[in-house]
Amino acid sequence: MSPVDGAGAGNPNLPVDRALTEGRSSDGPSAGIPELHEVDCPTELRERIETLMARYPDRHSASIPALWAVQERYGWCTPEGIRQAAAVMRVTPGYLESVASFYDLLHTEAVGSHRIEVCTNISCWMRGGDELLDAFKAAAGEDEDFFVTGFECLGACDIAPMASIDQRYFGPLEAAEAGVAIEQIKSGAEVLPEKNQARRPLAGDTPNPGGSNA
Amino acid sequence: MPDPRETRVLLEHADDPALRTIDGYRRLVGGYATQERAYRDMEQDEVLKELEDSGLRGRGGAGFSMGKKASFLPRGEMAKYLCCNADESEPGAFKDRELMQRNPHQLIEGIAIAALAADAGHAFIFIRGEYDAQADILDAAVAEAYEAGYLGKNILDCHRDLELVVHRGAGAYICGEETALLDALEGKRGNPRLKPPFPAVQGLYGGPTLINNVETLSNVPRIVAKGADWFKSFGTEQSPGTKVVSISGGVRRPGNYEVELGIPTRELIHGLAGGPLPGREIKAFFPGGSSSPVLTAEEGLDLPYSFEAMAGAGSMLGSGSIIVADDQVSIPHLALRTARFYHHESCGKCTPCREGTNWTVKMLERMVRGEATPIDLDIVSAVQENIIGHCLCVLGDSMAMPVGAMVRKFRPEFEEVMAAAGSPLDHELQAVVQGPAETLGASV
Ligand SMILES: Cc1cc2nc3c(=O)[nH]c(=O)nc-3n(C[C@H](O)[C@H](O)[C@H](O)COP(=O)(O)O)c2cc1C
Ligand code: SF4
Ligand code: FES
Repeated sequence: MSPVDGAGAGNPNLPVDRALTEGRSSDGPSAGIPELHEVDCPTELRERIETLMARYPDRHSASIPALWAVQERYGWCTPEGIRQAAAVMRVTPGYLESVASFYDLLHTEAVGSHRIEVCTNISCWMRGGDELLDAFKAAAGEDEDFFVTGFECLGACDIAPMASIDQRYFGPLEAAEAGVAIEQIKSGAEVLPEKNQARRPLAGDTPNPGGSNA
Repeated sequence: MPDPRETRVLLEHADDPALRTIDGYRRLVGGYATQERAYRDMEQDEVLKELEDSGLRGRGGAGFSMGKKASFLPRGEMAKYLCCNADESEPGAFKDRELMQRNPHQLIEGIAIAALAADAGHAFIFIRGEYDAQADILDAAVAEAYEAGYLGKNILDCHRDLELVVHRGAGAYICGEETALLDALEGKRGNPRLKPPFPAVQGLYGGPTLINNVETLSNVPRIVAKGADWFKSFGTEQSPGTKVVSISGGVRRPGNYEVELGIPTRELIHGLAGGPLPGREIKAFFPGGSSSPVLTAEEGLDLPYSFEAMAGAGSMLGSGSIIVADDQVSIPHLALRTARFYHHESCGKCTPCREGTNWTVKMLERMVRGEATPIDLDIVSAVQENIIGHCLCVLGDSMAMPVGAMVRKFRPEFEEVMAAAGSPLDHELQAVVQGPAETLGASV
């Protein structure tokens, strides 16, 4: 397999991911690139990854989008799904695994289908993020459908403390709203419509409770 | 009605959801007229000159002149690229989210015009994976722009092509660092690269690459439409233009406010953001995201909010994100939160950053647990000094600078926390009674 076009090819000083150029030698049989007929990749997934690859000047660029596609299809980046994507992309499964393991949103172990990331970074922590995380964990309990985790700043400190529920932002949340949200997800109702970030006006268009210049 | 203290340029009409569509963008702000004019009537050098003359400084953190950076790209027939940095993962920053969510076409038009200036044929918006809703909005807007002929092949019959791809990341702060972003975009783990070569010379797929922040690129259409002098009529001499400032933490009305650079910081925090929560007082704030050294209220509130004033005070404007800590916030705990973030996000490639963030977290944990002695404060400070300037990228410095500043400026508070948590001896005694597991794990 050739090194990725461009970077690394012409410049020996650039770090090249060895997993990319050589595969992972310790991986035994998976060190090679699987053939498509060996992996039984669903047509839909194959076509999707092929479309993704075609968007880039270099097909390797599609690795994160392809892993997203695998995760959407199987709920997480399953070893089988990774092999399928690797076969379509003509890279080693070890390479895609090493990419997947780098990123917090790609799961290389089974997780619940509903994902709740509660921000515990600075601004949310100041406004009760830790308590919110505890409340979500308690509300989800042992239910394996839910994956609740603390997360770094999600870029929504204006609605601290906040959580991302199935990739949509909600805040500012009271601890008691964690249970409400979980029940709404279970019953298929709209989750906390009043707290959906998408519906918030610009801050400067809302009443200013302080507003002095002192 | 927007707050009269704001100067909405980038956020003009941003309260109108119609702005998100191509029709709304055209109708409300005359969108895409500038791209048409630039593509039909302007040479690459004219666009570059306008951008350079405007003095527009990068809004992603470093504040480097956008026009100058674009002019560094070599000329000639070769594949060149433009990457819009929409990773926005620094704690405290959430302005790019607002800009993309409310006015995606402004960014797309800015990218199209900047691509003309850089002579790039392929552009990417690298957006953090968490911003799924905003990426959906961008996807829809990009499709509209292709449909209307502002992207794609032979744009506006001007014999110029531009492909634009919205690329979603998957959760890693380090991918906001420009060379890590390039690696991530090439489909690898997002590890920073050694510089030089700089991306302008050798970037994506080894080709010359212009990398700019969302807000930087969103400024481009109006600068080219109205001219450098118009742009310089806002802000200060060294910090021209407006800035969307994210304010969060201990304030009554957190949010994004667009103001002229140079506005008094007090007006941002006490005025626009509504000041501290009832009954509280402001103790300190990060003026430019969690990577910027904290300023005490006395030091910082009366400074103009500009690149130069923040640098003059030993801190930085960075991405323009203010995080306010009030008198209820324990600074040692704040330092620990800050350090934990950088430790979690360190890519591990260089030792001072990997080990330095690790040890800083451990030592701060010992402090707040009462297992440290005052000399540990000096050790923490020394660790920070040994990180600064010794790493491949500035993530290490990004922890060392704010943590170092907190220890330096709030030393008595650290000593108080350590004293209140009990003496090391007490804890050792406790450990003997309860069993050694805890102390073993925590000892240096
Ligand atoms: C650890 C680290 C994280 C960064 N994160 C971002 C980011 O999320 N968004 C951004 O625009 N710039 C970020 N930067 C700055 C970029 O490296 C780069 O300077 C910037 O994208 C250039 O754009 P500008 O000149 O328009 O500001 C980061 C830098 C470092 C060292
Ligand atoms: S400074 Fe830290 S994040 Fe940057 S390259 Fe080194 S180890 Fe990685
Ligand atoms: S600190 Fe929670 S979203 Fe930024």
